[in-house]
Amino acid sequence: MLSALLIVFREVIEAGLIVGIVLAATQGVPRRTRFVLLGIVGGVLGAMLVAAFAGELAGLFEGSGAELFNAAILGIAVIMLTWHNVWMASHGRQMARELKEAGHEVATGQRTLSALAIVVGVAVLREGSEVVLFLYGIVAQGGTSAAGIVTGGALGMLAGAAISVLMYLGLLSIPAHRLFQVTSGLIMLLAAGMAAQAVLFLQNGGYINIFNDTLWDSSGLLSEDSIPGKLMHTLIGYVQAPDGAQLIAYIAVIAMMLVLMRLFGKPKTA
Amino acid sequence: MKKFLLGATALLFMSGAAMAAAPVELTLKDHKFSPAEIHVKARESFVISFTNNDPQAEEFDSPALKVEKVVAGKGGHGNIRVRALAPGRYPFVGEFFGAKGVVIAE
Repeated sequence: MLSALLIVFREVIEAGLIVGIVLAATQGVPRRTRFVLLGIVGGVLGAMLVAAFAGELAGLFEGSGAELFNAAILGIAVIMLTWHNVWMASHGRQMARELKEAGHEVATGQRTLSALAIVVGVAVLREGSEVVLFLYGIVAQGGTSAAGIVTGGALGMLAGAAISVLMYLGLLSIPAHRLFQVTSGLIMLLAAGMAAQAVLFLQNGGYINIFNDTLWDSSGLLSEDSIPGKLMHTLIGYVQAPDGAQLIAYIAVIAMMLVLMRLFGKPKTA
Repeated sequence: MKKFLLGATALLFMSGAAMAAAPVELTLKDHKFSPAEIHVKARESFVISFTNNDPQAEEFDSPALKVEKVVAGKGGHGNIRVRALAPGRYPFVGEFFGAKGVVIAE
């Protein structure tokens, strides 16, 4: 039961952190809970679908179907996160004022809620499909240990939800006027890490074959196998032995986001 | 454009040829990898042809090899591309059920 708890917990850490960050980033936006829940439910349904067709998916594109699929949904998440940050940079200040003043213009704050709901959905889908496969395998086999393992799995998911709450409360302890800066910084690093991981999937699928020499190896310092390593992997995109292509993707996404935020974030003269 | 496509196709075939060394067979049964030690040449990319003969799905996971791949159970199969490695030991695990193995590049 304990091992099942740990396995499921490791899988849901990423989704848990992302939900926490999204909740903090949408602090004060009306109806955000509905969007986040929608993302989670959609992600869970998608995860079951992906798990049910895991074999078929893997067989597509000459055996690289799963890699392409992962790279594609990570790419979607990167675009959504970028859009959110850029949109917030250009409208955030005005929005905060409007919300504080009268609570009208409800639609303004919800413009990028759908983008963040998709990000949540994608995170839940990716990790969730593995949880579904893991638990389904055990349940299908039955036996006396199955009940204990399923209990462990459920506790693991609860632990993942606890991560969301901790992340959310931790971020909320930041003074309100700095919260926006912190969450947009976190979202930028999140997106950069996802881009680097998308590159990894493309490399493993055989689609990227340049700049794939390892640049350094810090696995002795912080292993990606460990829970802290996994947390850092999600939060800042930590990779113990990155290669050139991954690093380029990471830096490119940060640079692109900064440029776009600067470009669209200029105060309007009108 | 046509020339470019031809060139790209040629490149694809060449990279295909470079990868053409026979894949390393790896199977999973009763949550154990066989063989548990895979010996490969250093500095050459290779493919692990992985077959999962357990009833449950398993995730082949190795940050050292930079691979994570879920393979369905009951004879599910996946090709795992591994990039050229410096000489050394590269552990891999079955994330779900704890099987252990190692790639030794020399």
